[in-house]
Amino acid sequence: MSEPQQHSGEPIATVVPHEKTAEEKAAAHSRRTFLFKLSVLLNGAVGAALAVPIVGYLLGPASRKAEAEGAWVGLGSADNFPVGETRLVDFESPVKGLGDGETGKVACWVRRISASQFQVFAINCAHLGCPVRWFSESKLFMCPCHGGAYYENGDRASGPPERGLFEYKYKLTGDGLMIHAGDMPTLATQASCAGKDKPLVQIQAATNPGEEV
Amino acid sequence: MASIKDRATDAGLGAFNWVESRLGLFKTAWGFASHPTPENNASWWYVFGSAATVLLILQIVTGILLALIYSPSAGEAWSSLNVLNHNIALGWYVRALHGWGSDFMIAIVLIHMAQVFLFGAFKFPRELTWMVGVLLLLLTLGMAFTGQVMRFDQDSYWGLGIGASISSRVPLIGAPLVHLVLGGPTIGAATLSRFFTLHVFVIPGILLASVGVHIWMTLFHGVSDWPVPGRIVRKETYVKEYHELTAKTGIPFVPDAAWKDAVFAAAIIFAVMACAFFFGPFGPGGPPDPTIIQTAPKPDYFFLWIYAVLAFLPPSIETPVILVVPVIGIAAMLLLPLVSGEGERHWAKRPVAVLMVSVIAVSLGIFTHLGTYTPWSPIMNAWSSDPVPVKFLQHRTPLERQGAVVLQNKQCRNCHALDGVGGERGPALDDVASRMTEDQIIRQVLQGGGNMPAYGNALNPSETKALTQFLESLRGNDLAPAIDASRELTKTSEMKAPAEPARH
Repeated sequence: MSEPQQHSGEPIATVVPHEKTAEEKAAAHSRRTFLFKLSVLLNGAVGAALAVPIVGYLLGPASRKAEAEGAWVGLGSADNFPVGETRLVDFESPVKGLGDGETGKVACWVRRISASQFQVFAINCAHLGCPVRWFSESKLFMCPCHGGAYYENGDRASGPPERGLFEYKYKLTGDGLMIHAGDMPTLATQASCAGKDKPLVQIQAATNPGEEV
Repeated sequence: MASIKDRATDAGLGAFNWVESRLGLFKTAWGFASHPTPENNASWWYVFGSAATVLLILQIVTGILLALIYSPSAGEAWSSLNVLNHNIALGWYVRALHGWGSDFMIAIVLIHMAQVFLFGAFKFPRELTWMVGVLLLLLTLGMAFTGQVMRFDQDSYWGLGIGASISSRVPLIGAPLVHLVLGGPTIGAATLSRFFTLHVFVIPGILLASVGVHIWMTLFHGVSDWPVPGRIVRKETYVKEYHELTAKTGIPFVPDAAWKDAVFAAAIIFAVMACAFFFGPFGPGGPPDPTIIQTAPKPDYFFLWIYAVLAFLPPSIETPVILVVPVIGIAAMLLLPLVSGEGERHWAKRPVAVLMVSVIAVSLGIFTHLGTYTPWSPIMNAWSSDPVPVKFLQHRTPLERQGAVVLQNKQCRNCHALDGVGGERGPALDDVASRMTEDQIIRQVLQGGGNMPAYGNALNPSETKALTQFLESLRGNDLAPAIDASRELTKTSEMKAPAEPARH
């Protein structure tokens, strides 16, 4: 039976290094000690060989190339988007996987500037990813989480975001509007490959009224 | 001839001895349970650690019960929670116990930590006990966050989005980190599966092992004695003094001290049961469908303060603060006992410690309170649901009333309140004209600034005119209008002396 208070009144047990005697030194070099050390080494090698693929498995999602993710998705006929308006569109994620259910759906804001000019914004706020809503009267996107606001063209208007909305790359095929979607847009995994020439983080003045009037 | 009762007792004792002589655990366990502890710590202040352990056991039991029904699949999780709430007998109650148990556990762990800190119980020789305790706090919060993900509703979905967005701010490895957190390019099946694995296997495993180590160290060093002002902790003498105190005033922990632990634990479990019964389970809220954007995501109660802090950080320092401050905070908690492992234990002799606990508690309280009503968020439907109060329309010119229509249509109310109704992101407009001149109002509306977007692109000149006329009429209880002190000077010419500024 072991009493937890065994060391009553004594200082906490400490291991004190001491000079080894000749017998102890000899024992440390015995055949059995050597074999034990060898077995530890063997297990270390086997453990490492086991660990490498396990770590590889765990890091699998991280090692994927961001550019490899995603594909072109159709958002329907361009005629659905009147010039000068901004509309919400749902589409099925091209990277939707088995069992994703409703989470495989994505929404984006499509702004038609002219017959051939579009802007397709991710709904994810550039601050922390909450879904922004479009207000056509005040021509602002507003975020419900921390009050980020963006102008019609996606530029930052006010609040905690440090940049404008993420934009998807788009193209027109016939009269169909297509965007390139994949990663969930964040500061590190931007929706738009077209915006690569822009700096990742653009802190803009809150008074920037937007580029086109 | 022995009576039947004696024979039954003998048989029972015999069976016990048979088991114990093979198992060898009961005597050892009793030795631990009845170890002597200084009389002065058999106090109601020393009951929080055991209560946290009891709550952990409640969480494990109710968690296993929920796992009988819950489907950890992105396509089914939300529905399976609704099945638990509505279609399984008492499923709602088990969910409620687990949800309320989680809130109580965090609260009790925080109280336990504050008590240990204020009583100086983290000092020598219990430094490592405190460090493992810090780990336990982090694991408990980890359980709370992953548990919120298990609910897999709208809040949970966007909460994951916030987690991914924070990960994306890590320099260099942002993108791989996002993919690692989400288990893929987007929030989906892989995300829920990995958070389920964390919530059910990984964190509970580490948590239980760490609780075991934590309790072992408490037994090994004994429960800390009641702090006395002037009784200084010194590494050379503390252990000896503690054991002298135990030898002199020691009482067996079980039952003489432990009955208070047991009563408090029972009260806490009863409180969890009462909350679960009367207030029911948490959610689930709306389905985790990212195309439903009519939502204002919010984290669970104990993360509201972080949510609030994230609204106030200026954009330019947000990323460094998010990434550096938690590391400093955790490091400070871990290093605390190494930095101040000796000295006074009593709170009366440690004003800085008392001040720190007070400031941290008040700050957390304020930010949590702000998080409950999010004054920084626009009220998305204020413009379409809250009409301009009639009193602001009386005795107004047609142009001013037209301006009220502009104010309403241009969604100004989403951020600005009138008569206490509307958003709180910007200042209330009830008496805006007593603070700003017409020129200032026009400039502010058209160019924005100070956290207000510019409306130059959203207003035509006639709308601007009407809006500013209406705003000019908002002077609260007939306060004097704001005046531009330099305006009178502009009316002067070289030919005549400046007029006296008009006085209102």
